[in-house]
Amino acid sequence: MKNRVFSAKAASAPYVVWSVLFVIAPLVFVAYYAFTGSDGGFTLVNISKFFSAYFDTFIRSLWYGVLSTIICLIIAYPFAYWLAHSGASVQRTCVMLVMLPMWMNFLIRTYAWMNILQDTGIINAALSKLGFDTVHMINTGGAVIFGMVYNFLPYMILPLYSIMTKIDPSMLDAASDLGCSKLQSIIKVVLPQSVPGIVSGITMVFVPSVSTFYISQKLGGGSFDLIGDVIERQFTLSYNYNLGAALSLVLMVLILVSMFFMRRFSDADSDGEVLM
Amino acid sequence: MEKNVIIDLRNVSKSFDGETILDNINLSIRDGEFVTLLGPSGCGKTTTLRLIGGFLQPDSGDIVFQGKVINDVPPYKRQVNTIFQRYALFSHLNVYENVAFGLRVRKCPEKEIKKTVDEMLEMVNLKGFGKRRTESLSGGQQQRVAIARALAVKPKVLLLDEPLGALDLKLRKDMQTELKKIQQELGITFIYVTHDQEEALSMSDTIVVMDSGKIQQMGRSEDIYNEPKNAFVADFIGESNILDGMMRSDFYVDFSGKRFKCVDKGFAPNEAVDVVVRPEDVDFVPVEEGMLTGEVTLVTFKGVHYETIVDIGGFKWMVQTTDYHPVGSKVGLKIEPDEIHIMPKSEYSGLYGDYSSFSEEFDELSEPEEDEEDE
Repeated sequence: MKNRVFSAKAASAPYVVWSVLFVIAPLVFVAYYAFTGSDGGFTLVNISKFFSAYFDTFIRSLWYGVLSTIICLIIAYPFAYWLAHSGASVQRTCVMLVMLPMWMNFLIRTYAWMNILQDTGIINAALSKLGFDTVHMINTGGAVIFGMVYNFLPYMILPLYSIMTKIDPSMLDAASDLGCSKLQSIIKVVLPQSVPGIVSGITMVFVPSVSTFYISQKLGGGSFDLIGDVIERQFTLSYNYNLGAALSLVLMVLILVSMFFMRRFSDADSDGEVLM
Repeated sequence: MEKNVIIDLRNVSKSFDGETILDNINLSIRDGEFVTLLGPSGCGKTTTLRLIGGFLQPDSGDIVFQGKVINDVPPYKRQVNTIFQRYALFSHLNVYENVAFGLRVRKCPEKEIKKTVDEMLEMVNLKGFGKRRTESLSGGQQQRVAIARALAVKPKVLLLDEPLGALDLKLRKDMQTELKKIQQELGITFIYVTHDQEEALSMSDTIVVMDSGKIQQMGRSEDIYNEPKNAFVADFIGESNILDGMMRSDFYVDFSGKRFKCVDKGFAPNEAVDVVVRPEDVDFVPVEEGMLTGEVTLVTFKGVHYETIVDIGGFKWMVQTTDYHPVGSKVGLKIEPDEIHIMPKSEYSGLYGDYSSFSEEFDELSEPEEDEEDE
């Protein structure tokens, strides 16, 4: 008996070491820097800057995050429903296509979109060849949101698709049998049955969207600063580790709080399970 | 056409991936009847039910409901409800909301919904279970919720797709009685699909025996049992000794090298026929008095009777009597004229009715399997 406990501990040791080194220690550092000034003394100045100097940026990040999450959900839900009810080979091919962009580096994909969306890019070149007016797309808020949706869409599709394949098709037969039209059975059966997938998809898109950086720099031309960009600059340009850590910490806490409320909300009518 | 026919299938055929599942079915079901579609896996019984429910469309032929062709009417517009094989309860709703589901879709007033749901739950003996989650119920209770849910919307016809398949024997017997009671109380048509012949015999007003996409015989339980039309029906419903015979003239038939008096007529002289003798209709007599004589090869005690396999000239008979004769003993058999049933030859002749390969183990193996996918 003792031996088994020991071996269980031994087996978990690598994970414990891993999480101490790469999860807990960095968090401790972030917290330490967040509450200290450049002289090493305790201060709340950096924390308070989040709510004064950078609050507008945060609100913009939040707004862009919410917007891109909603757009992802609107695109992904019908697609996942269609996919879950398609033939096996269609499902395999489409899941593969959804995952394909993930195999490419995120930076390269964003650069590719810069090229496509530029005033002299592929789309506009094609439009002027065909005799249409060119459309200004790059360096707009729309381009930033587009970049987020493009990048995070797979994280919405996959959990939704996986939960929808698990819904017993005879439940849809039963709904139809009891008087539901196709649309009604989606609203009354598929939607409530897929809540865990929706929660998990929203989490997986919203969290990275709110804290994203780089997309806004490249597709927004620097005029749509997001909180992620501000944090990045503190570390790479200003070398103000204390402010960067403070902003990260506040952002993290706010995200955790919003996730907590979201789970509570979804737990009310189903045992929502967040796939992370 | 009879006036009170509620559902009429006319020349209905259906195939999947080039395989014919239903082959030109004609079936009339009267209002208020308890009809059972009985047959082995893959005989087309579930497909027939799904056609009536509206989940499938026939390739050819018509489905007529109260005089109107409803081939293209979707399930939600049909006055027909289904009890599914695995209940298909909505796991995100509690028992009350499951039963109320159809009424809410119909936008009934809340007061009426409550009244109906309470009535239904009481009818299926689940009073006080309204707040429970469906997963917390036993199989039998889930089944009752499914029944209450389907009946709450007051269908004209209830379709039941092997509803008792997942329950244990005792519970199944209780539910059989209960379903029959509910059907008689409500007076609506039940169309019941099963592969269990005992279930079919004890519940139905009419049994429709199906095999390979065709209706083999349709009739009252007694008629199906006593007057099977062919070797398939005789074998599928109960146990049967089926022998090659020849009608010599009206009321006289030859089989097993002897001539027997019988009660059948109307066959051509010297017409080859199938002769059915039910195991319980054969009596043991001393060898010298026997119409047929043979040797006992196997005896099994079944509780109410002994099941004895007797070898008569190479053909193994099954005999069910309360008399015990040990293996190896010589016995005589006596068969009364009215215990002999004559059937014309069919495609099934020679396939069934000899117990030479019979053993307990074989009996177990040849039990019809749960047909999950009957298509």
